[in-house]
Amino acid sequence: MSSPQSADRRDFLKASAAVAGTAMATNMAGAHAAGADIIKVGLVGCGGRGRGAVKNILQAEEIINGDNPKIQIVAVADVFKDRASNAARDFSNPKHREYGPHTAQVKITPDTTFGGFDAYQKLIDSGVDLVILATPPGFRPYHLEAAIRANKNVFCEKPVAVDATGIRKVFGLAEEAKKRNLAIVAGTQRRHQKGYIETIKQIKDGAIGNVISARVAWNSGGPNPIWFNKRQEGEPDTAYQIRNWYHYLWLCGDHIVEQHVHNLDVANWVIGDHPIRATGIGGRAARPGGAVADPNMFGQIWDHFAVEYEYKNGVRVFSYCRHIAGSEGDVSEMVFGSNGSSRVGNYLIGKKQVGDDQIGGKHRDAYVQEHIDLLSSIRAGKPLNELRQVAESTFTAILGRNAAYAERWLKWDDALAANDGTMPEKLALDGALPATPAPTPGAWKLPKRA
Amino acid sequence: MFARCTSSCLLLAGIGLAIAIPAQADEKLAAAKLEPKNFTERATSYKIDENTKQKIPLTSKFEMVYVPGGEFTMGSPATEVGHEAIEGPQHKVKVGNFWMGKFEVTWDEFDLFWYDARYLVSNDIAAKKLGPDAITRPTNTFVDETYEHGRDGHPVLCMTHHAAMAYCHWLAKATGKAYRLPTEAEWEYAARAGKGNTAYFFGDDPKQLEEYAWFKDNSKDEENFPSKLKGCTHKVGTKKPNPFGLYDMYGNVAEWTLDQYDPKSYQKFAMNPLSIRPVTVPTAEKWSHVIRGGSWADKADRCRSAARRFSDKSWMRWDPQEPQSIWWLTRMDVVGFRVVLAETEQPELVGLVPKVVKKSE
Repeated sequence: MSSPQSADRRDFLKASAAVAGTAMATNMAGAHAAGADIIKVGLVGCGGRGRGAVKNILQAEEIINGDNPKIQIVAVADVFKDRASNAARDFSNPKHREYGPHTAQVKITPDTTFGGFDAYQKLIDSGVDLVILATPPGFRPYHLEAAIRANKNVFCEKPVAVDATGIRKVFGLAEEAKKRNLAIVAGTQRRHQKGYIETIKQIKDGAIGNVISARVAWNSGGPNPIWFNKRQEGEPDTAYQIRNWYHYLWLCGDHIVEQHVHNLDVANWVIGDHPIRATGIGGRAARPGGAVADPNMFGQIWDHFAVEYEYKNGVRVFSYCRHIAGSEGDVSEMVFGSNGSSRVGNYLIGKKQVGDDQIGGKHRDAYVQEHIDLLSSIRAGKPLNELRQVAESTFTAILGRNAAYAERWLKWDDALAANDGTMPEKLALDGALPATPAPTPGAWKLPKRA
Repeated sequence: MFARCTSSCLLLAGIGLAIAIPAQADEKLAAAKLEPKNFTERATSYKIDENTKQKIPLTSKFEMVYVPGGEFTMGSPATEVGHEAIEGPQHKVKVGNFWMGKFEVTWDEFDLFWYDARYLVSNDIAAKKLGPDAITRPTNTFVDETYEHGRDGHPVLCMTHHAAMAYCHWLAKATGKAYRLPTEAEWEYAARAGKGNTAYFFGDDPKQLEEYAWFKDNSKDEENFPSKLKGCTHKVGTKKPNPFGLYDMYGNVAEWTLDQYDPKSYQKFAMNPLSIRPVTVPTAEKWSHVIRGGSWADKADRCRSAARRFSDKSWMRWDPQEPQSIWWLTRMDVVGFRVVLAETEQPELVGLVPKVVKKSE
């Protein structure tokens, strides 16, 4: 565990702090005045999801403004420069199946193609109005900090942190973004999915009586460890861990945080609050290399969690997530009320379907809709700010994870106060980075208060 | 068959031996010794227990039905109820003798490939270095791969054409027989089952369809699959077979055929008095290919012997990644496949390998 107050940590972030100061002094008016013409977009994190998000924002703008689009993709950044360059090449390729129709909107140059650990900062400084943050979530609090301090609107993928240290920062940034009138939309796309919105409105209007409890799950059973790239000969620790970010806690936060956050977010949405405490069980039973595998080769995350949450109003939420080969798949949210139940993801109240994703007779993809909502809110001068909400859902997952690691009840407030920062003090792509062991159930202790 | 290990053989700590076998044409794959009758195929592979490092054998068994070749009229007349323009013009076709899977490929069978510890997963950096000629296995899914449709005995779904091709290629290596997808001509011939040119092999009246097919009108199973209000897949072989002894040719999951879709192919074939074993050999292009037979979600007219539906990139619209998966048609929970084995392979299909790679357009 590293201390977020360490000198090296400050070194890592000092560029952003310096720029933030300038931005605050010169650009307090906000990132994009309503009515201004072109929104310049930059992508931080050029993996599959980030590239997908660029496609989605282009599609969103096409739905909003048709043949007269008013967004441009102007910059790309990735720790690995080659990934940024590849993204720039594909976005600019007129023959590309997805990006080809939009190449007139792509203005990326070699000067706006950034690599390295400070690539995000360079991108933010390059004259963008809106940044898409799609790196592994461990970096998110720092990227959010840099973007918000520079008065940028943000689309940020979920989750928004991997530890309480990051969440505390993000809670502060949510307020800061509000003061600066910035739009922040998060990749919890169910919040923008018409069928979900319609179904949850019915629940809130009393269709199943008072909500008593919920069961949420993200269990998947495929054979392969998801996104696992075996170590190449001579590959340094840091590069290897980032290429296998899903398996390392400082980058991923464990799969309950990275993936199951979607379902926990639905529970919080339905209940209208976050939990006050949680207990859980779990472990690492069938990960590659086995239960006690060398974390330097196989990472640290667990493969199953079962968590019980209690909310202030007494509602209980039972949460399950699992990545075990050969196990049954289940991605769902079930809500139980005093007068019925709802299978939210199927848009069912009892046996009646009460929602769908059709808009104007066509299916509307939530991954596109979230960008429509983001762009529309910026242009209307009424910026959406989902940062507090997604940070609460992220911390709901972190709380459950820690309760399972500790195998005991943990309170929200205690867990949120923990001095638990996991960001390594020094990062270099060619650097050594010994991995901490995977958490041992029961032996793991919540770090002391910060 | 798997004993041969090339220089690209990789010994991977804790994972076991992953062998990358080049997927070059292997003309030894043949069915020469098979009797012209039904047979039971057995395939084996193994997975590795991550804790004990032991190999856990996987086996599957499935029935292959002998289909004697012959001539038939492919496509449907404009007068057929539900006819669409792409089903014409009708044309005379001759297919050879072949065996066809009695059932659609099930998850139990597909798992032998998906879990096969002898091969690398396609998105592994080491697999990427081997290039498109290596046999690789499907990536993991983000979600429940069955989309709540049931797994034990149920047909696979959300399959891309590439996944179906790659499974056949793997199966060919695993069994020494040149399994592949049926050509469109073979599929339609098998569906018509020697019963002439009516909409279904049993005639033109869709009322009889429910005896043979799980489709929109009867596929709901509230007791076992309460979340599937619009219907779901059913265990294969739980309706009556067609006269060739093939089950679920109509309905359950729609089935991939081999051919690259060519909008002009029917016109071209119709210029011949008789097209012998017509096929448009699949290329590296992801789109388009034809599915046949309709699915649990389709109305009766989409299950007709001549009904065709060709794929396009909109079928991938639910995959939020870019590049998108070449293995999984996210949320397209209506598309599966079945396998065939030609008694004598037609020359243009000898050594056929799947060619799609992640960057394919």
